[in-house]
Amino acid sequence: MNGIIFDIKKFAIHDGPGIRTTVFFKGCSLDCWWCHNPEGRKLETETVSVKPGGDASDSRIPARTEVIGRDVSVASVMEEILKDVIFYDQSGGGVTFSGGEPMMQPEFLIELLQLCKENSLNTAVDTSGYASWDDFEKIYNLIDLFLYDLKLMDDESHIKYTGVSNELILENLARLSSMGSKVEPRIPLIPGITDTEENLEAIAEFLTPRKNIRQVVLLPYNRLGEDKSRKFDLTYKAGQLSVQSGDELENKVEIFRSHGYGVRIGG
Amino acid sequence: MNDRIRRLRQQSLDAIPRISLERAQLITEFYKSGKAERVSVPVARALAFEHLMENKQICINEGELIVGERGPAPKATPTYPDICTHSLNDFEILDSRKKVSFKVTDEIMKIQEETIIPFWAGRSIRDRLFDAVDEEWRAAYDAGIFTEFMEQRAPGHTVLDDKIYSKGFIDFKNDIKKNIDSLDFYDDSDASAKREQLSAMLIAADSLMNFANRHSDKLRELAKAEADASRTEELAQMAAICERVPAHAPETFWEALQYYWFAHLGVITELNTWDSFNPGRLDRHLMPFYRRDIEAGILTEERARELLQSFWVKFNNQPAPPKVGVTAQESNTYTDFCLINLGGVSEIGEDAANEMTYLILDVIEEMRLVQPSSMVQISKKSPDRLLKRALKIIRTGYGQPSLFNTDAIVLELVRQGKSIIDARNGGASGCVEAGAFGKESYILTGYFNLTKVLEVTLNSGIDPRTGKMLGVRSGDPREFETFDDLFEAFKIQLKHFIDVKIKGNRIIERLWAEYLPAPFMSILIDDCIQTGKDYNDGGARYNSSYIQGVGLGSITDSLTAIKYHIFDKKNFSLKNTLDALNANFEGFEQIRKVLLDDTPKYGNDDDYADDVMRQVFEAYFEQIDGRLNTKGGHYRVNLLPTTCHIYFGSVVGAMPDGRKATEPLSEGVSPVQGADRKGPTAVLKSAAKIDHLRTGGTLLNQKFTPQILADENGIEKLAHLIRSYFKMDGHHIQFNVVTAETLRKAQQEPEKYRDLIVRVAGYSDYFVDLGIDLQNEIIKRTEQGLS
Repeated sequence: MNGIIFDIKKFAIHDGPGIRTTVFFKGCSLDCWWCHNPEGRKLETETVSVKPGGDASDSRIPARTEVIGRDVSVASVMEEILKDVIFYDQSGGGVTFSGGEPMMQPEFLIELLQLCKENSLNTAVDTSGYASWDDFEKIYNLIDLFLYDLKLMDDESHIKYTGVSNELILENLARLSSMGSKVEPRIPLIPGITDTEENLEAIAEFLTPRKNIRQVVLLPYNRLGEDKSRKFDLTYKAGQLSVQSGDELENKVEIFRSHGYGVRIGG
Repeated sequence: MNDRIRRLRQQSLDAIPRISLERAQLITEFYKSGKAERVSVPVARALAFEHLMENKQICINEGELIVGERGPAPKATPTYPDICTHSLNDFEILDSRKKVSFKVTDEIMKIQEETIIPFWAGRSIRDRLFDAVDEEWRAAYDAGIFTEFMEQRAPGHTVLDDKIYSKGFIDFKNDIKKNIDSLDFYDDSDASAKREQLSAMLIAADSLMNFANRHSDKLRELAKAEADASRTEELAQMAAICERVPAHAPETFWEALQYYWFAHLGVITELNTWDSFNPGRLDRHLMPFYRRDIEAGILTEERARELLQSFWVKFNNQPAPPKVGVTAQESNTYTDFCLINLGGVSEIGEDAANEMTYLILDVIEEMRLVQPSSMVQISKKSPDRLLKRALKIIRTGYGQPSLFNTDAIVLELVRQGKSIIDARNGGASGCVEAGAFGKESYILTGYFNLTKVLEVTLNSGIDPRTGKMLGVRSGDPREFETFDDLFEAFKIQLKHFIDVKIKGNRIIERLWAEYLPAPFMSILIDDCIQTGKDYNDGGARYNSSYIQGVGLGSITDSLTAIKYHIFDKKNFSLKNTLDALNANFEGFEQIRKVLLDDTPKYGNDDDYADDVMRQVFEAYFEQIDGRLNTKGGHYRVNLLPTTCHIYFGSVVGAMPDGRKATEPLSEGVSPVQGADRKGPTAVLKSAAKIDHLRTGGTLLNQKFTPQILADENGIEKLAHLIRSYFKMDGHHIQFNVVTAETLRKAQQEPEKYRDLIVRVAGYSDYFVDLGIDLQNEIIKRTEQGLS
C-alpha cells in the first residue's frame, strides 16, 4: 500500500504528548484562507517553483523547482517512524498523522495505524474532521488522541473561509466523543475571522455537552502560512494580519476557562 | 549576589590578563644557585617548589573570603620557562594577538631576554622534546597530522577526590614517612629512587603548609591595620583558617574551600598542568561540612553561598597559562578546563545529588563566569528536578553546565579495568574526559587529524600541501576497484601515523618522568605515596594515555561520498573527484553541489553514512586501544576537539564531503556543520552509533534558540531528548544558545547553517527554510530574549 506524504518531521514537540514523529499527508478538502501548509493541499505530487528564504523580489536567491510530495509505501514510512522509538518510549510520545488531511487517504492511514499499534506506539491524528463517518468508524479505536480542528461555528462563515460546511465536522466530533475517543479540540485563532468572542463562545457552548472533552488548545496566529504561500508563490487569502498580543490572548483563554475548560496555548 | 561578591566578580572580570615573570625569575634563581645539582631530580623539583612557595608574593584582595593567587595579582599569569621558554617573538605575539592575549611590558621583555632565555635555552622540556623526537614525528607534526600536548604544558589531566577533606598535610607527611621507613633496600632495586621521590614529597608538603602560614601572617597584619571592625574579625578568622589548613583536615565548610584552594595553587604553581586542577565532585565533598556547620549554627545558607561565590572568583582569576604555536591553536582560550562535577552517583551507586548540588547550581547561574567550568552528571537514578534545573541555566545562554551520562562514564572506566567504586567516584574533567578522580593520570597526548590521514591516503602517501611524501605507499587510489581497497589503504596510513605518534609519546613520557617529576601533585593522587613513584612516572593507580580523534563527521562524510558516488552509484570517477579537490572545486561546482546535497551524511540516522562512521571508529580504536604506555597503563581513544578542528581544517585541502580547503573540520562527534537535516533525534541516533563505552569521552554540541526552551514543555521535551541519548550510552551533550548574530550569519550563508532549528510559533522549523520576514522576526525575538 502506498500513499502520498509531503514531510516526515521528527522531534515534533507540539503535536501531542511527548516527543513525536509527525507524518504529513498530502491532500485536503478544505481551502482555508489562512492555510499553514499550502503545499499539502493537492492530493498528488506536484512540481513547484520555490523561492526559499525570501520572496520573488529577492534577487539573491534564485528560484528553483521543487517536487512537493512523495509517493511512499507504508513500509518505508514505518521504517522512519520506528527509528525514534527510544524517544517515544522515554517521553511518552509517539506518532502524529497530520497534513493536509490524513483522513483523505483512509486505507493508507489504517495500515499505518495498525502497524503503529503492533509496535505499541501512541497514535494521534490531526484532522479537520471533514471525512465520512464510515472512515472514522474504521480507525477511531486505533487512535489514542484526536487533535481536532474547530474553526467556525457559523456555517455560512465556515463555508466562506474554508470552502466546506461544518455540519459533518461537528457531527463527527460529537460521535467520536460519545464513543469515548480522546479528543483535543484545536482552535486556530485567526484575527477577525475565528478569534471573535462570538465564535469562541459558540465553540465553548458546542463542546459543553461533551463531558470527556475538558481541554482545548488555542493556536495563536502566526505568519507561517503567509510565509509559505510566498515561498510557493500562492495567494494567501487571509491577507496581512497581525499577531495577537498577550493581553488579547488572555481574553480568549478566559472565554474557555469560564466554561470550565483547561486551556493550552500553542501547538 | 551581595556587594562584596559583586565587587570581587567585577574585579576579576576587569583584570587584564598579563604576563608575570615572578615564577620564572624565582625558578631561574633557584636553578642558578647550584642547589639543584647537588640533589636528585625529584628533590631538586621539590626544592624549587619550596623556593617558589617561600618567596612568591602574597596577594590578598580586598574583601575576599578565600585567599591565594597563582600570580602576584588576579590574572597576572606566570610563565614556566622550565617547560616552555617563551621567545621574545612569542611574547610579542601574546601581547598583540587579538584573541586570548596577555600584556607584556618592556621590563618583562628585558628580563626575559637577559635572564630567562639565556639560562633555559636547551634546558626547557620543550627544547629537549623537539631534540628527542625523530624526523618522521617532526614531519607529521609539522603537517598537522597530530598535535603534542606535552610540548609546552605539563601532564595534568587529573582531578582530586575526597582525600583532603579527611587528611591534612601533616597526615600526608606521616603516610610518606611511614613509606620511607618501610622501604626495602635489600630486595627492592627501586628503593633508592623511591626514597628520593618520597623525600621530595615531604619537602613539597612542608612548602604548601609554609605558603598557607605566610597567608596567615599577612592576614593578621592586615587585620591590625583594618579600620572596619567586622572585616578585622573576618581577617582574623581567615588567618586562623590558613593556620589550620592545609596542615590539618578541615573542620568547617570555609576551611574545606580554603584547603582545596591551597592545594589547587600548589598544583598549578609546581607545573603548568593541563586542565589546571579540579576539586571534582564538589557537591558531595562539601555536603558534610555544610550540614555540620548549619546544625552547629556557625553557617547560614547565605554565607555558604557567599563563600562559594568567593571561591568561584578565584578560579576566574587564573587564566590558562600563555600558550603559543600549535598549542595556542588547538586550545585557544583563557579557560583552563577546571570542570566542577555535580550530581552523579555515590560509591555504592545511589543518586548523589544533594542540597549542595542545587546551591552550587544557583552559584553557577548567578556568577556567570568563564571559569570554573561546570557540568552535571545525570545517571538513570538522577531526579528530573536536577536535569531540569540544569536546563534552566543552560537556556540562559551561558554554555554551562554541560551534561554527562554517569552510567556511561562508569562503564567506560570499568571497561578500562578500574574498580566499580573508583569508577563511581569518578566523573569527567577537562572537556569531556572520563577519569577515576584522585587515582588516575589520564593524559591527553594530542589531537589526531583523521581527515588529513584520508587526504594523504587519497594522494598515495603524499601531502598535497607540500608535495612531499608524508605517509607510506598505500597504492594509487585511482586504481582501486572497491571501496574496501580504499579503506584498507586508509588503514595502512592510519597505522603508520598512530605508530609515529605513539613512538614519540613514549620518548616524551620518559622526558617528563626523568626531568620534570611533580612531587607536590604526587602527594594528592593515589597511589604515588604508596608506590613511591611520581605522578609523571606511573605513580598513579591508573595510567591512561589518550589520542583524541578529530573530524569524525568530516572523514565520515568524505568516505561516504566516495563510497556512494564512485563505487556504488558510479556517478563519477575517483580521478574526477581528485581533480575537483585539487582545484578546490573551482570549475567543478556541479560535482560539489552533488557532494553536498545528494549524498548520505552522518547525523541523519542514515545507516549508509553511519556505517562508514562505525568503520572509521573501529579502525581508529583498533590502532590505539590497549597499546602500552611507559607508565604501566594503556592507550585509549576519545573524540573531542577543543578548538583543534579549526587548526586541523586549516591544513587540509578540499575534501569529498564538499568542504573547501582550509575550512574547519567537524567538531567532536557532531555532524559536519549544516549536514544534519533531520532534527535532533536523528543527530543523537547517529552519534549513539559510536560505541561510546569503548571511548574515554566524546563531545556532542547542539545548538538551540532560547525560544525552544522558553516554556515548561520545551524544558520537558529537551530533558527527554537527553535521557534518550543517555539511554543509548551517549557520553556527553552540550547546548549552545544561538544568538541573533548567528542567525544573521545564517541569513548570509544559509548553506552553513542548514541544521539550525528555531521555534517559529507552536512549532519549530529550520531557520534557513523560513522567509526573510519570519527570519527577521525571530532574530528580533532572539535579541529580546537574550538581553
